[in-house]
Amino acid sequence: MEHNEDIAPNQGCPAAEPNTARNIIDESVSGDYKYGFVSDIDTEIIPIGLNEDVIRLISAKKGEPEWLLNFRLDAFRYWQTLTPPRWAHLDIPDIDFQSLSYYAAPKSKTSPKNIDEVDPQLIDTFNRLGIPLHEQKALAGMAVDAVMDSVSVKTTHREKLAELGIIFCSFSEAVKDYPDLVRKYLGKVVPYTDNFYAALNSAVFSDGSFVYIPKGVRCPMELSTYFRINAAGTGQFERTLIVADSEAYVSYLEGCTAPMRDENQLHAAIVEIIVEDNAEVKYSTVQNWYAGDKEGRGGIYNFVTKRGLCRGDYSKLSWTQVETGSAITWKYPSCILSGEGSVGEFYSVAVTNNRQQADTGTKMIHIGKNSRSTIVSKGISAGYSQNAYRGLVRVARNAVGVRNYTQCDSLLLGSHCGAHTFPYIDVRNDSAIVEHEATTSKISEEQLFYCNQRGIPTEEAVGLIVNGYAKEVMNKLPMEFAVEAQKLLSITLEGSVG
Amino acid sequence: MSQNNILLQVNDLRAGIEGKEILKGINLTVREGEVHAIMGPNGSGKSTLSGVLAGDPRFTVNGGSALFNGKELLSLSPEDRSHEGLFLSFQYPVEIPGVSMVNFMRAAVNAKRKYLGEEPMSASDFLKLMRQKRALVELDNKLASRSVNEGFSGGEKKRNEIFQMAVLQPRLAILDETDSGLDIDALRIVAGGVNKLKTDKNATIVITHYQRLLDYIKPDVVHILYKGRIVHTGGPELALELEEKGYDWIKEQVDGN
Repeated sequence: MEHNEDIAPNQGCPAAEPNTARNIIDESVSGDYKYGFVSDIDTEIIPIGLNEDVIRLISAKKGEPEWLLNFRLDAFRYWQTLTPPRWAHLDIPDIDFQSLSYYAAPKSKTSPKNIDEVDPQLIDTFNRLGIPLHEQKALAGMAVDAVMDSVSVKTTHREKLAELGIIFCSFSEAVKDYPDLVRKYLGKVVPYTDNFYAALNSAVFSDGSFVYIPKGVRCPMELSTYFRINAAGTGQFERTLIVADSEAYVSYLEGCTAPMRDENQLHAAIVEIIVEDNAEVKYSTVQNWYAGDKEGRGGIYNFVTKRGLCRGDYSKLSWTQVETGSAITWKYPSCILSGEGSVGEFYSVAVTNNRQQADTGTKMIHIGKNSRSTIVSKGISAGYSQNAYRGLVRVARNAVGVRNYTQCDSLLLGSHCGAHTFPYIDVRNDSAIVEHEATTSKISEEQLFYCNQRGIPTEEAVGLIVNGYAKEVMNKLPMEFAVEAQKLLSITLEGSVG
Repeated sequence: MSQNNILLQVNDLRAGIEGKEILKGINLTVREGEVHAIMGPNGSGKSTLSGVLAGDPRFTVNGGSALFNGKELLSLSPEDRSHEGLFLSFQYPVEIPGVSMVNFMRAAVNAKRKYLGEEPMSASDFLKLMRQKRALVELDNKLASRSVNEGFSGGEKKRNEIFQMAVLQPRLAILDETDSGLDIDALRIVAGGVNKLKTDKNATIVITHYQRLLDYIKPDVVHILYKGRIVHTGGPELALELEEKGYDWIKEQVDGN
């Protein structure tokens, strides 16, 4: 019997695509950030600066109800009392929040009923990013909400999903069409008081995606939001809200790219997820914001608050992230496990090269009895980059029978980079079993020579070794993303060895 | 000795590590269809010779030349030496966690095809090739889906080296202490694999400390390496003589007492 011969990197790749390995080589040799282009799109950008008038203007442009404007204003007033967090292992230059524009929108009609109403330039932009927006050409098995700068451009497969009662639309539309649902859940998992960037986002957020999966419905396709920053001198502040009602299931993907610019751009997002009884949400991210050049000029500041509330009994939330982009990454996708027997998972690959900095990890807050969590973090540092894992496992006093397993690995390429681990464990119930394993390793000269001797050039060998190291996490990605993510790992590390 | 085409011509090769010269002028001619054994006491430079020929970056070449197939080996990158048909069976095969043997060999095979200007091998042809070559060294199919050398026993690692050799079909294979750490059954399998791969167009250099392996892989020429020089060259009988008398008589001859 022939079995177990997973020919493709990661079972996800169909055997009918023998060129994958070669594509990886070609792309790793060229090594360019292939999403660095700027689209010439007529864009409305409001003047720079942040004050209550700006917030009223954003809210008015979106035709928002009073309660939402008040939510924004409360958040803004609170934000003014805060200072940016300094506790992360990051060197963040001072950001002048008054020098940014907080709203940029392509001028064409938003939320079009028909694809013909969408600016062809926009469609072309997303085509170049591999995201066709025409319904007939739309990716099979995946519904996409395409967000450019501050607004959602188009959401595909909406009608098909609506037949099942699934709501998948831009945040702005959700506010108009489902105000009660939005009001019920907005800010319930990440209140605007949570942190500096959460408060900022709550004040100025422009668009994002809204997902509601009704009771007992298994979403038949991957839902995906593709975030694109295009305009210069702006920040992107999107908000995603996902609600999985009892017994529901959804797999959600998030991708992001931005043009190459010498200036830094701020991206401060919030993702809130609510998981009810026996429901399951898989949230996968392939983060490929522009990382800046070799000397660290430019790139996105990616300051994101992502959190899910597993409040249903036996609910499950699984975060998978592949972080290769951004000049600075500050994010900790977390799970509040308040349901009995609820399950939280965090699988992460974070790659930093050149002058990139990342401080990323997760928080698993165990409140429910017999709740369980798994954390697998794979950090890869190269060049002059700094890569930190920061994680918290907390077990509340009444949480009986909690289990956590944490595995935290660091891989170093070269001798100028740094890998750091900051695990926090706070256990207040004696019955908890909390395990933490950590390793640090380097790609050895011996491994590279062994590959070279077999004919595999160094760049490709690094790609193989790194993908092997990260396999456990890559295998968690939906098939559509896995191949792309593998290429990304190789490309990100191009030129880091030898 | 036969008068087949010369495959490898090493002239006055001098090389070392960290400023210390280990090879002090090696001369060696290997022709197609030949099996050469290089024997010698520990520390004589056997593994340095194989490493230098394969392009191990730990070693520095101080002089001399090594023509392989008419090309100067010493100026080629390690991967191009491999593509030209040089294979090194490592004394200590390296573990690469998470990289399956299938993916590893596929990358190797397709890198060579790219070098030769050929299209990548189709998935089904590649799997067929793997299956066929695996049988040669009696590797079971689970091994191919495991990570490269990770958790392999000593014997499995060496069989895996010969398996890779079978897949890559080199013109010249250098087996560096392939017999070390092998029990008699594994030794027979490994040697059997090497013998099956032998043709009149390729050649093998067997580097070994002991005569034992040469009972299974019959050499045409036996060299004795001592203190960085080949001090004796003879036929298969030289290996037997060494087995009987040890290396002391060589040392005495060279060192002068």
